[in-house]
Amino acid sequence: MPTITGIAYKNLRRKRVRSILTVFGIALSTWVLVSLFGFNEGYQSSLNKDIDNLGFQVLLTAKGCPYEAATLMLQGGKGLRYMPENTLDSLRANPEVEELTPMLMQTVFDVNKGEDGGVVGYLGIDPVTYPKMKTYLTFRQGGWFQDANALEAVLGYEAGELEQREVGDKILIPEKNVEVMVVGILNRSGTQDDGTIFMPFKTMQNIFGVQDQLTSIGIKLKKDTDIAAYEEKLYELEDVQVVSMAQVKNTISSLVSTARVMVMSIAIIAILIAMVGVMNTILMSVLERYQEIGIMKSLGAATAHIFRLIWLETAILCFIGGIIGSGLSIALSKATDALIRYVLPYSPTGSLIRIDAPLVLRSIGIIVLIGLVSGIYPAWRAARIKPIEAIRSSEGEL
Amino acid sequence: MSQVLIQTHGLSKVYDRGSEQIVAVDKVDFELRAGDFVSFVGPSGSGKTTLLHLLGCLDTPSSGDLNVAGTPIFQNGKSLSERQLTGIRRDLFGYVFQKFYLIPTLTVKENILLPFAFHKRAENALDVLELAQRLGLSHRLTHLPKELSGGEMQRVAIARAMINQPKIILADEPTGNLDSKRSTEIADILADLNKSAGLTIILVTHNPQLAAKAGRIIELRDGRIV
Ligand SMILES: Nc1ncnc2c1ncn2[C@@H]1O[C@H](COP(=O)(O)OP(=O)(O)OP(=O)(O)O)[C@@H](O)[C@H]1O
Ligand SMILES: [Mg+2]
Repeated sequence: MPTITGIAYKNLRRKRVRSILTVFGIALSTWVLVSLFGFNEGYQSSLNKDIDNLGFQVLLTAKGCPYEAATLMLQGGKGLRYMPENTLDSLRANPEVEELTPMLMQTVFDVNKGEDGGVVGYLGIDPVTYPKMKTYLTFRQGGWFQDANALEAVLGYEAGELEQREVGDKILIPEKNVEVMVVGILNRSGTQDDGTIFMPFKTMQNIFGVQDQLTSIGIKLKKDTDIAAYEEKLYELEDVQVVSMAQVKNTISSLVSTARVMVMSIAIIAILIAMVGVMNTILMSVLERYQEIGIMKSLGAATAHIFRLIWLETAILCFIGGIIGSGLSIALSKATDALIRYVLPYSPTGSLIRIDAPLVLRSIGIIVLIGLVSGIYPAWRAARIKPIEAIRSSEGEL
Repeated sequence: MSQVLIQTHGLSKVYDRGSEQIVAVDKVDFELRAGDFVSFVGPSGSGKTTLLHLLGCLDTPSSGDLNVAGTPIFQNGKSLSERQLTGIRRDLFGYVFQKFYLIPTLTVKENILLPFAFHKRAENALDVLELAQRLGLSHRLTHLPKELSGGEMQRVAIARAMINQPKIILADEPTGNLDSKRSTEIADILADLNKSAGLTIILVTHNPQLAAKAGRIIELRDGRIV
């Protein structure tokens, strides 16, 4: 027994090449759509994760001092500023603070690094509080320092590769001529920590002769603290600057929103093109079947039946295109990730595109919906065909 | 006397062709009874097709009344709605045309059953296998139309027109695309359906031999019955 669905399906197979091309167009725009949605979700969550990985919501640095050891190295080790270590005590008095971690950055010039020598960055940390905040740091070898004054170092993943050291080896701090023992090498974390050499900050104060000085303090706040209000309070301290991770997030997000608008307009154009393609395909197939449709009506097909037939054809095309496009976007997500990373001013370390089942379903739904909208006109044209016109238009010509 | 299926009074169809007015059907009074087999003959342009379309509720008259199976279709310039007309066409008429209008993507069996894609099978609908056998199509049921001869295609079209047990079969030059042997075959089938199954038929044809198979021959000239 023939059904409207069966007739629709068989008709799409009649002009195979045309149907395939249309499906291909729909698949491409689905790919763009899925990737765009995946980007919206993936980028934001990767960015959040990057910032959560810092372990603290607020970073206090000495006024004018760079935020991270890696930045400092890029600047050639210039621009170090200090704040007194007793800043910790005054901060600890704040009820909002859950945990503090002191940090001391230092750089030396190592003549043996690279061909012409290079800057090496050290980060002095507190072996008690720092690991607690950076729980994502895991060890490939060894572990953290034994005590706060140990002559020991932990190497980030890339630093370990660069220095070619294993646990138990010694490294020499150039200029200072002090040897320290490597006690741990970290796994790759995808953050700036990868390139850093960690030491206890007390040890570093002694080696570098900066007793009772720090370059920055990471502040972890109690849950539900009004971060902005607390930051205001910090500005009352002298000679410090406050780096808010929430602010960093906003700055990056707004940088990226420009790129997002661009991607969005590409997606809209792709969808418009697919829509026109669908409308054209279906309209052509309606006009070619003018008489067939007229005969169906003379056999008792109502306007609604013909409308449904043509609409179904559109929906089938869009559904298949949507599925292929989604598969394509999953298969190509790595490549799309690389492409977006190339275009964007700043990318977080995690994956930029996150595609999951609800997202795929939503995209296919949108594509089918868009297809149905573009199918309205052809379906309406078909439904309006009068049997008499269809028959009269052809009986004469043979 | 058997039931009156079609009755017309002063049925006319006028086409406007620019300044000229063409009267294709001119004040026709006509009556068709259940079990009739009527053929319309006449020269080209005499209005056979136009009249057939009017009787089959496919076209709208310019003036005059049409009554089908007791239901007024057109009366005093008023007509049934498109929805009601769809129902009348579906339940009362089966159409066969010069071109067969089979759906090329569907098999013979599916083509015959096409009306049921749109409406529930009526209680009195014919059995497709029986019908195919009667029309000599049993061995062709799973074939596609392009694999059939012209005569077979027209028999499929006849089967499709009959499956729903319509009251009236309207055939407009059903043999126009066939050679004389096949034409006679189709005309014989129609005559047989009329005799054995009591099917009411109007056959439009140029061919006097085929027309002669009908019980009543109506000649048209300039849109008028002569
Ligand atoms: N859609 C139309 N618009 C204008 N004139 C038409 C139209 N359809 C038919 N006519 C005219 O109406 C007249 C009757 O045409 P019709 O097709 O009914 O004749 P016919 O008897 O079926 O001819 P044939 O034997 O060639 O099929 C002709 O003069 C024809 O030109
Ligand atoms: Mg004709």
